[in-house]
Amino acid sequence: MTTAPTAFVRREFAPALPPPLATAGWLGFLREHLFSGFLNITMTVFSLALIALLLPPMIRFLFIDAVWEGSDREACLATSGACWPFVRAKFGQFVYGFYPAAERWRPNLVYALGAILLVPLLVPAAPLKRLNAILFFAVYPVVAFVLLTGGDLDLRVFLLGRIPRWDALSGPGAILGLRLSFWIDYLISALLLITLAVGIARLLGAEARGIALAALAIFVLFDIVLLAVDLNFGLAPVETRLWGGLLITLVVAVTGIVVSLPLGILLALGRRSEMPFVRFCSVIFIEFWRGVPLITVLYFASYMLPLFLPTGISFDGLLRVLVGVTLFAAAYMAEVVRGGLQAIPKGQYEGAMAVGLGYWQTMGLIILPQALTLVIPGIVNTFIGLFKDTTLVLIVAIFDFLGQLRAAFTDPNWATPVTLYTGFAFAGMVYFVFCYGMSRYSLFLERRGAIGKLR
Amino acid sequence: MVDRRDGARPPAGSLVNDPRARAIAVQLLLIAAVVAVGWSFVQNARVNLEARGIATGFGFFEQTAGFGITQSLIEYSETSSYGRAFLVGLLNTMLVSGIGVVLATVLGFAVGIARLSSNFLLARIAGAYVELVRNLPLLFQIFFWYIAVLGTLPGPRQSLSFFGIAYLNNRGVILPEPNFAEGAGLVGIVLLAGVALSIAVHIWARRRQAATGKLFPRGRLALILILGFPLVAFFATGAPISFGYPELRGFNFVGGFRVIPEFAALLVALVTYTAGFIAEIVRAGILAVARGQTEAAYSLGLRPGPTLRLVVVPQALRVIVPPLTSQYLNLTKNSSLAAGIGYPDFFYVFAGTTLNQTGQAIEIIAITMAVYLVISLVTSGLMNWYNRRKALVER
Repeated sequence: MTTAPTAFVRREFAPALPPPLATAGWLGFLREHLFSGFLNITMTVFSLALIALLLPPMIRFLFIDAVWEGSDREACLATSGACWPFVRAKFGQFVYGFYPAAERWRPNLVYALGAILLVPLLVPAAPLKRLNAILFFAVYPVVAFVLLTGGDLDLRVFLLGRIPRWDALSGPGAILGLRLSFWIDYLISALLLITLAVGIARLLGAEARGIALAALAIFVLFDIVLLAVDLNFGLAPVETRLWGGLLITLVVAVTGIVVSLPLGILLALGRRSEMPFVRFCSVIFIEFWRGVPLITVLYFASYMLPLFLPTGISFDGLLRVLVGVTLFAAAYMAEVVRGGLQAIPKGQYEGAMAVGLGYWQTMGLIILPQALTLVIPGIVNTFIGLFKDTTLVLIVAIFDFLGQLRAAFTDPNWATPVTLYTGFAFAGMVYFVFCYGMSRYSLFLERRGAIGKLR
Repeated sequence: MVDRRDGARPPAGSLVNDPRARAIAVQLLLIAAVVAVGWSFVQNARVNLEARGIATGFGFFEQTAGFGITQSLIEYSETSSYGRAFLVGLLNTMLVSGIGVVLATVLGFAVGIARLSSNFLLARIAGAYVELVRNLPLLFQIFFWYIAVLGTLPGPRQSLSFFGIAYLNNRGVILPEPNFAEGAGLVGIVLLAGVALSIAVHIWARRRQAATGKLFPRGRLALILILGFPLVAFFATGAPISFGYPELRGFNFVGGFRVIPEFAALLVALVTYTAGFIAEIVRAGILAVARGQTEAAYSLGLRPGPTLRLVVVPQALRVIVPPLTSQYLNLTKNSSLAAGIGYPDFFYVFAGTTLNQTGQAIEIIAITMAVYLVISLVTSGLMNWYNRRKALVER
């Protein structure tokens, strides 16, 4: 008996059904992430209420009700929105403080140079990293110093200048802002010190040539820096008490990071050193600065440090603050770098020793390049903290951006009910852009590092 | 680090190339430098102090301070000594940091957990909050709260009222004041006993659970001990604790307990700022617990509540506690920013006003730094002790 061939074999795949509407697409997203249960719905309602409470008034204040044109308080008296003309009128003060208007091209040039040097340094793909880093960390600070202060420091005494009647020996003349007596003093002192170093090396039986060259290089480099700050470029001197606003904020932050990084590296190496006294000093230094608030450090630098220096040496107010901030930041930087050092496996040290490298070669060529790359996110985070902490200088009467903001509030020409809110909104946006930008950058580096490790 | 195992005698060479000689030379140089700097500091300080006619020593602690302090927890008047002012400032610092630490922890945990919530909106709002407070300078935030929020509040007559119990105006926050009548002491004793007993039960229950695996309803018992019995005692003694509500009379409030605006602004700024950091720590801590832990707990039959309490949280705490310590320390140190708005904390009273009046910069700044150092060391010591107890015991 045969039956009709009813067996059916499907020859092609059945078409895929669309995913159920309730679990995929935006509807599924809404169900899963906003309305999946009683608790979730409550949270959604609460969140929506919060947004409705905060967002519309903010947008109304910043944009819709805001006043955009005007020349004094009259323009903003009637509004309940932001008074942007206030910010425009005070913009110069916010950015430069009381830096003379005719000389403001100098800070502008410093800003521009900084940006030109910094951006390629931050972009990982940009070439010439080493040259770029040298330019930014060594050359740029000197250039910025000369541009901002006007340079022409009028250096007088190096070492031999302490000898009575030294001036008479070489004459008090000065060429291009360079005082002859000082430079003759410098030249002779340098030669004497190099000879001394070579002599000691000979006495101990070491190779004298390398030491002589090293000493010479140090003196020449130092000489270039001194020359740059001593030369008279014809720039009008601008006292630091005229500086202010964002200029101070950036000067303090950038100086803090540029100086504290090498100092922090040294401290971190010291803390991991085998020499007990070096380790002891480093630990005390680091733990001390990390245990006290920055504001006490600023007070220390402003009120206590001058008492510890010889009479007659008077420090510039800003310089004192810079010293305090740098020491403080160096202690935090040291801990970040130490984290990196600890992450380097012992094999790296042993490998370096096996190929015959000395301590500084091991550190400089093998360990630090790896350790520092590891902790770049940490370094950036320290920098964010430092940037935020620059606001504290206003407590020792140096008017940074926040200080200028407070000063601007007292201007009767702009006394309106919305001035305060406008100022805070503007300053908040500026600080947020800087800090958020940095934190995004650090995140970007972290992700990039993570990808490298996956491979 | 660098190991110098000198198995054989190193070849005879220059002393310059001998690591041991180098180490000794470097350290001798460092000692000499430290001593030289220290000595010159001392010499210079002596000369400078003499030249400026600044007194030395700690005698000023006994002298009359002669300035008022707007908030003090202990009795203080203008005729009190600098030593007393020192104490007042220190207590004010402790007050704001103590309350700040508790509130920041609560808010930080809430925000951190909200950031991990499956609810899209809530997670985003928590994220925005964290980014906002972490990326603005603390002093900016303190100024914002003090100048733009509290400073622009209406005067006492137009106070913002909270159900007629508390008031908010430009002179601060006015809260009801507790009045203690006879019998209040008993309620307090019952409360303290309840707390002590709860802790004892807690420890015993943990031990028993570790030994036998049996759970004990210690939460409910603690509720009865800490809340129930004191309430019974409260009514049994005839409700000895009542609240004095503030009342507007003329131009100001009478009665009630006034929190000065400086304190309120500083506290709000410190709490919201630190909570942003704590939230990130909490988030990282919870994420650090492997998913397999939760799944394993579920497969053992634990329900979500006990899983969180017994499996996830204890492991997360291990990751959370060390950075949490440094946040507590940061909050305490950051409370010194009170100097910016004039809250009479330790720094403002001592390094500010006292320094101004006596001019003894060296002593005062040294003491200020020492006090903060001691606070730091004590806090981190306590937290390290806690951390050691919670740390993973490895073989």
